[in-house]
Amino acid sequence: MPEQAPDVRNKNFEEVALGYTAEMAVEEANRCLGCKNMPCVSGCPVNVQIPQFIALVAEGKFEEGYQKIAETSTLPAICGRVCPQENQCEGKCIRSIKGESVAIGRLERFCADWHMEHSTEKPKKVPSNGHKVAVLGAGPASLTCASDLVQMGYDVTMLEAFHAAGGVLIYGIPEFRLPKAIVAKEVENLEAMGVNIQTNVVVGKSVSIEELKEEGYEAIFIGTGAGLPSFMGIEGENLNGVFSANEYLTRINLMKAYDGKHDTPIFHAKKVAVVGGGNVAMDAARCAKRMGADVSIVYRRGLEELPARKEEVHHAMEEGIDFKVLNNPVKILGNEEGWVTGMEVVKMELGEPDASGRRRPIPVEGSNYVLDVDCVIMALGTSPNPILKKSTNGLETNKKGCISADENGKTSLEGVYAGGDAVTGAATVILAMGAGKTAAKSIDEYIKSKN
Amino acid sequence: MYKILRREDLSSNVVLMDVEAPMVAKKCLPGQFIILRVNEEGERIPLTIAHYDREKGVVTIIFQTVGATTMELAELKEGEYIHDFVGPLGNPSETEEFKGKKVAVIGGGLGCAIAWPQAKAIHEAGGTVHMIAGFRTKEIVMLENEMRASCDELFMMTDDGTYGEKGFVTNKLESLIEGGEKYDAVIAIGPLVMMKFVCVLTKKYNIPTIVSMNPIMIDGTGMCGGCRLTVDGETKFACVDGPDFDGHKVDFDETIRRSRMYSQQEAAAREKHACRMEGMNNGK
Repeated sequence: MPEQAPDVRNKNFEEVALGYTAEMAVEEANRCLGCKNMPCVSGCPVNVQIPQFIALVAEGKFEEGYQKIAETSTLPAICGRVCPQENQCEGKCIRSIKGESVAIGRLERFCADWHMEHSTEKPKKVPSNGHKVAVLGAGPASLTCASDLVQMGYDVTMLEAFHAAGGVLIYGIPEFRLPKAIVAKEVENLEAMGVNIQTNVVVGKSVSIEELKEEGYEAIFIGTGAGLPSFMGIEGENLNGVFSANEYLTRINLMKAYDGKHDTPIFHAKKVAVVGGGNVAMDAARCAKRMGADVSIVYRRGLEELPARKEEVHHAMEEGIDFKVLNNPVKILGNEEGWVTGMEVVKMELGEPDASGRRRPIPVEGSNYVLDVDCVIMALGTSPNPILKKSTNGLETNKKGCISADENGKTSLEGVYAGGDAVTGAATVILAMGAGKTAAKSIDEYIKSKN
Repeated sequence: MYKILRREDLSSNVVLMDVEAPMVAKKCLPGQFIILRVNEEGERIPLTIAHYDREKGVVTIIFQTVGATTMELAELKEGEYIHDFVGPLGNPSETEEFKGKKVAVIGGGLGCAIAWPQAKAIHEAGGTVHMIAGFRTKEIVMLENEMRASCDELFMMTDDGTYGEKGFVTNKLESLIEGGEKYDAVIAIGPLVMMKFVCVLTKKYNIPTIVSMNPIMIDGTGMCGGCRLTVDGETKFACVDGPDFDGHKVDFDETIRRSRMYSQQEAAAREKHACRMEGMNNGK
């Protein structure tokens, strides 16, 4: 797939991957063997009918291909861009056994982009069945759940704490991986289908789950994600110039602090250390690079163990981001005015595998040295926000603060369902969407059984 | 969009606005705050809820024009709209526990807009309230009648002596304590430096002191940690763990330092905004 050149794109926020042309899409679609047992479909949490849509693309029927995807997937333009396909559909592709799998994600993206560009058809409104459902949060899990429910005829109200819908799709994932106009378009579609989206509502503060039930919502879906950032608890973490990745990315992506036209300020660092090795760390590092800084990723395990997608690591390396693997922060150093002047790290080596099956990093004694940085971004993972739990009696959570829900999304409270990162802790967009879909089905069954 | 039902200029640079926000008005309690965004390009800023009317669905905010965003907000007229307005956020202040107790509530400058509803709530809950209100100079004195109606005794102070007594709020508090007043608690709301020195003083007399912290915030719901501060050696997020904290445990020097994080950019934005307004006034 064509991409912006690394040395050009690391100075702008425009999309890196440019997408297939129609010819490329047809050519790639022809690589699909159309297997009868369709292992790819079993790898997709929302069960996109992959060989069927690809067959349509191969025939040049792009709009029909999109419609086939849309039968089961709500946000193909987004999934095609941000799903870790190598662990999902493409990981199961027969072609991947000998050589490269069919580029399912890229084809999905192509169909969705084609549809956005060429179709003038408005989404259809399904007549109301008179039953009200509230969906909390407006990230991928909630968007999917709301979309499925509204298509079944439910009156769906979505409540979002931020001033715009999209969740991590708008505050977390940067413009250069997922253009915000695409998210906005998907959200508009949802509204056109009849979902009532109310922004600036913090459930647990502005309104409680109990009050929502009193207002006549027969079922509630909690898709509030895992937005609470972790810090390391090391010395110097509150110095000026230390940020959580959530803060840094929210300023950049949601508040558009990068473009100079918006009011939200951003710290213009010269040398940045991003601590962590997941996709969020890659996003933060690549944003900081685009803001003009020299950027290092500091990760306590090795390159092989980086939890981020291979593609993201590859892109980050191409863009000139330095990887200091087997390095762990010990403390952050500051000057008298309280600004970051450096970060002391210790070198690590890998020991025996731990409970998670990954080799445990062990500090190498006496190997401490100081990295010359003026900014540190902590991308150590997130956990669910405690606001909802604190304000809702009887809502069970586990030790990590994740909402307890069964495989159908059912929580400890009658009529209350949950899915996505709020249940699993920080995971992926596509898993959240799958959970939203499952919960929509459960909610439908629940409401039907009552009436 | 949230309609401005009423605006009133309390002093040359302090504005009061009644905003139509029924959902916030229905739930809010003293000590909580909202986050607003003036327009599409705007930043999110936190402001304390000064007053509310549940029946009318109105929330009152009081703000000082200190930078570009508050300057833009101050340009809005009655009948115009604020783009985003979310809340109530943060934990409400404890008021019930002061029933039958004697409390000194201290407001510094704009902090009086937040101290006043707290004084009122404690007074109504059956506490004895002495309020000390401090201003730099006479021109910026505000809310005197409201404060007087919400406490047992009000002491007005100005740094330069142009109104009320001359001196800082800490001078007054110390003389009251030295004069034999026995306070069960002190509540201080105002500039960080003022709160810090109130705490230094009350520590000496061992009087429990609550402060209302106002660090930099973005989301206000606990998802970024931009508002973090150290309390008793632990990192807390002011937006969800506060904004009220035990003043004797807050690391004020760190908070003061963190509040200056964007001072250069803020100054540039203020400058740019002022120039633009001047240009408009000159018909350019």
